[in-house]
Amino acid sequence: MKAIALLASVITGAVLLYGVQDFAPWADPTSPASTHVASYYIENTVRETYIPNIVTAVLGDYRGYDTMFETVVIFCAGMAVICVLRRSKS
Amino acid sequence: MTWQLDLLILALVLICAVATIMARDLLGAAVIFGVYSFLMCLLWAEMGAVDVAFTEATVGAGISTVLFIAAVLRTSRRCKD
Amino acid sequence: MKHLQEKAALREFGDNQIIRVSTRIMVPFIQLFGLYVIAHGHVSPGGGFQGGVLLGASYILLALAFDLKTSFKNFSESMNGILGNVGALIYVGTAVLCALVGGLFLDYSALTALLPIDPIQWRYLGVFIVEVGVGLAVMSIMLSLYWDLSSGGDMDEGL
Repeated sequence: MKAIALLASVITGAVLLYGVQDFAPWADPTSPASTHVASYYIENTVRETYIPNIVTAVLGDYRGYDTMFETVVIFCAGMAVICVLRRSKS
Repeated sequence: MTWQLDLLILALVLICAVATIMARDLLGAAVIFGVYSFLMCLLWAEMGAVDVAFTEATVGAGISTVLFIAAVLRTSRRCKD
Repeated sequence: MKHLQEKAALREFGDNQIIRVSTRIMVPFIQLFGLYVIAHGHVSPGGGFQGGVLLGASYILLALAFDLKTSFKNFSESMNGILGNVGALIYVGTAVLCALVGGLFLDYSALTALLPIDPIQWRYLGVFIVEVGVGLAVMSIMLSLYWDLSSGGDMDEGL
């Protein structure tokens, strides 16, 4: 059983390392991730929202829908744990 | 940034990951996993993603270690297999 | 000496005084830092999620060093439920309010219909309101997760 688990881990790791080869170089301005909307955020965030921290502006304003459902997911997880585990005092 | 620092942190991350699997004491494994989270936090901060590093430090190293320790102390402390 | 011992017993100092005394000193500073991270998330790294986790971690530290009863004395179970729901409601409520006053869903600049200031200033304020909501929700959810996991749902003594 342990040999199978080790084999599975090694194969998965090898596949992941093979996939890493396709990554763009670190901080490459011409990579697909930083040519689509990143330049728009860097140029216009302070002018449109007055928020100096671009990450907060993207999380709270431009992608607020995402953050809202992140909060809802955490809330649902807490409610689920309360429903499963907590017993009433009476 | 500097590749020496990168390499050092990555080697420590690898050592912590293997030690987490190998540890027979589950409480010790939980603590080593907290160390792993802090090293990942250092790696994020070193690559310039400060917000991600902050989240990793608070959630990964703080809350999840505490929850692991709570789960270990409620069940069994020794690894069976 | 005897007087000191009695005084210590009155203040519920038990077997591990060092942990309890240092926890009492640390907790207010952790909470202050959590509030700073929430309120200052616009400028420095941080935001509602991280600040809420820090606030929750301060109460978890109290529950770890003492027991769950001390934790309930500082932050009661009913207040935990109320704050968690209010936090999630602040976020969704702000979003719905934006739609009700005539803008798009989650478009904070539409809130100028309520308070006529600069719409861009409203976007700044809207992000702050939303982050406070996230912080409240995350704080109470993290704390109730720890309560349930550490006591197995009994909510009596903890670890």
